[in-house]
Amino acid sequence: MITTYVIQFTYVAAAALFILSLKWLGHPTTARRGVRVGELGMALAIVGALLHTEIVSYQWILVGFVLGSAIGLPLAVFMPMTHVPQRTALSHAFGALAAALVGTSEYYLRSGELSTFTMAVLSVEVILGFLTFTGSLMAFGKLQDLVPSRPIVYPGQNAVNLSLLAAAVGCAVYLVRNPGSSALFPVVAGLSLLFGVLLLVPIGGADMPTVIALLNSYAGLSAAAMGFLLDNNLLIVAGALDGSSGFILSVIMCRAMNRSFTNVLFGGFGQVRVAAGRVEQRSARSATAEDAAAILEAASSVIIIPGYGMAVAQAQHKVRELYDALTRRGVDVKFAIHPVAGRMPGHMNVLLAEADIPYDRLLEMEEINPEFPRADVSLVIGANDVTNPAARHDKASPIYGMPILDVDKARTVMVIKRSMSPGFAGIDNELYYMEKTMMLFGDAKHFVGELVKEMTGARLGA
Amino acid sequence: MPSNLESALFVFLLATFVGFEVIRRVSPLLHTPLMSLTNAISAISLVGSIVITGAEKSQLSVILGTIAVVCSMANVVGGFVITDRMLKMFKKREPRQ
Repeated sequence: MITTYVIQFTYVAAAALFILSLKWLGHPTTARRGVRVGELGMALAIVGALLHTEIVSYQWILVGFVLGSAIGLPLAVFMPMTHVPQRTALSHAFGALAAALVGTSEYYLRSGELSTFTMAVLSVEVILGFLTFTGSLMAFGKLQDLVPSRPIVYPGQNAVNLSLLAAAVGCAVYLVRNPGSSALFPVVAGLSLLFGVLLLVPIGGADMPTVIALLNSYAGLSAAAMGFLLDNNLLIVAGALDGSSGFILSVIMCRAMNRSFTNVLFGGFGQVRVAAGRVEQRSARSATAEDAAAILEAASSVIIIPGYGMAVAQAQHKVRELYDALTRRGVDVKFAIHPVAGRMPGHMNVLLAEADIPYDRLLEMEEINPEFPRADVSLVIGANDVTNPAARHDKASPIYGMPILDVDKARTVMVIKRSMSPGFAGIDNELYYMEKTMMLFGDAKHFVGELVKEMTGARLGA
Repeated sequence: MPSNLESALFVFLLATFVGFEVIRRVSPLLHTPLMSLTNAISAISLVGSIVITGAEKSQLSVILGTIAVVCSMANVVGGFVITDRMLKMFKKREPRQ
């Protein structure tokens, strides 16, 4: 009897610690304390779980602990920061699979005695769990380039996907009414697994931040459903926290792209519309590293706009050198971070922090936009659509209405780019044709290296 | 069961509100660590998996339970470790030499 109280106490304490953990994560100065507290909560909860009197043998639990740690630890320790989105997608897959399997096992243990309500939450858990499992594996595959990362779209796709989901839900509803018809259970599981795959097929790289956040939310909700099923409030709390976090993040991502959920999931972005006929031949001005370095050195404030292209070119450490070289000359350097820069929410901040760029130099869109008109140079490295002024005024543009960085308002604009090819949305960027824009053609890493060389070389010569 | 259901729904509702309020305040700077931390926290499904595995009620439940323990444990360990690894990198500007 006393054990039950102890277990309940550890669970309540763990729930409180989890909430504190997320609260402290809110700010960089307290964030690591947040992790400690979260770990403590988790340790308490695990001890509590191990005390359950129903447990008759620890053998397989131990096997699971060892195997799980053996998988989780290397993934966390050796994963390069550019691959954090992949790891995150994998962990959503793991979490969702765990929930789905627990639901499955409960179904076969208790199918005779399941109440309507229990069967309903079990169905939610299993459907969400299995579709998030395959969906996240697909996201992982796309991020890792194991499956084609461009969106694959075919006619009737949405109809197929929706009817699959409807079929899964329909079978689940039947099961809720007749929990004994166990033949249907594998059908629900199979349909959900298939739906997860098909849901991700039309998703392209630039939509990954939203989709990963959404899958995060689903994984959390399936854990919460497991809490309902097992009558465990701690699971409900932790699942609800995860679910709301994923939801908030996906809303932020959608807003940053001026798109709705339905549009992300069913839109099939990349294959769209090159606004035909509107492409007149315009000329862009290109410049050398020498010219660019001279202007940068003479500037008093520079704003750097990093995009995913910078990460792909592995240029972040060169960018840090550039930051150093400019700062040493008394130039004020800031970084403008668009919410969807990178492949998951906040990804760009992690990449720049890894390159030892102080976080107080990284500014979010709302903070930095008022500063562009006062900046001497804005230097775009590997970003495209989020800098396109057409989003502000060109109603015909597919990205019209998307919040952008006001890069064009700086005195001089520099763009490091491989070629004039259009960005992910397949549209031309009018930024490149402005009077004050200098195009710096080349690989981001190489070109930033050249800039640094020009600056340090010039100083040696002086 | 209805009373249990009611209190479970209460808990879910309140936790969701708390989640919204707490997470809304997290700086966008830290959204990636946020996601990996919530991931680690929601791996609390480990608790359910442990009990199901250890109770050994059927062969199927042991097999599925063990896989679930492996998955959740991977998230617990990996989630906390990588979150801390990321947070360690966030430094303020050192005073200029």
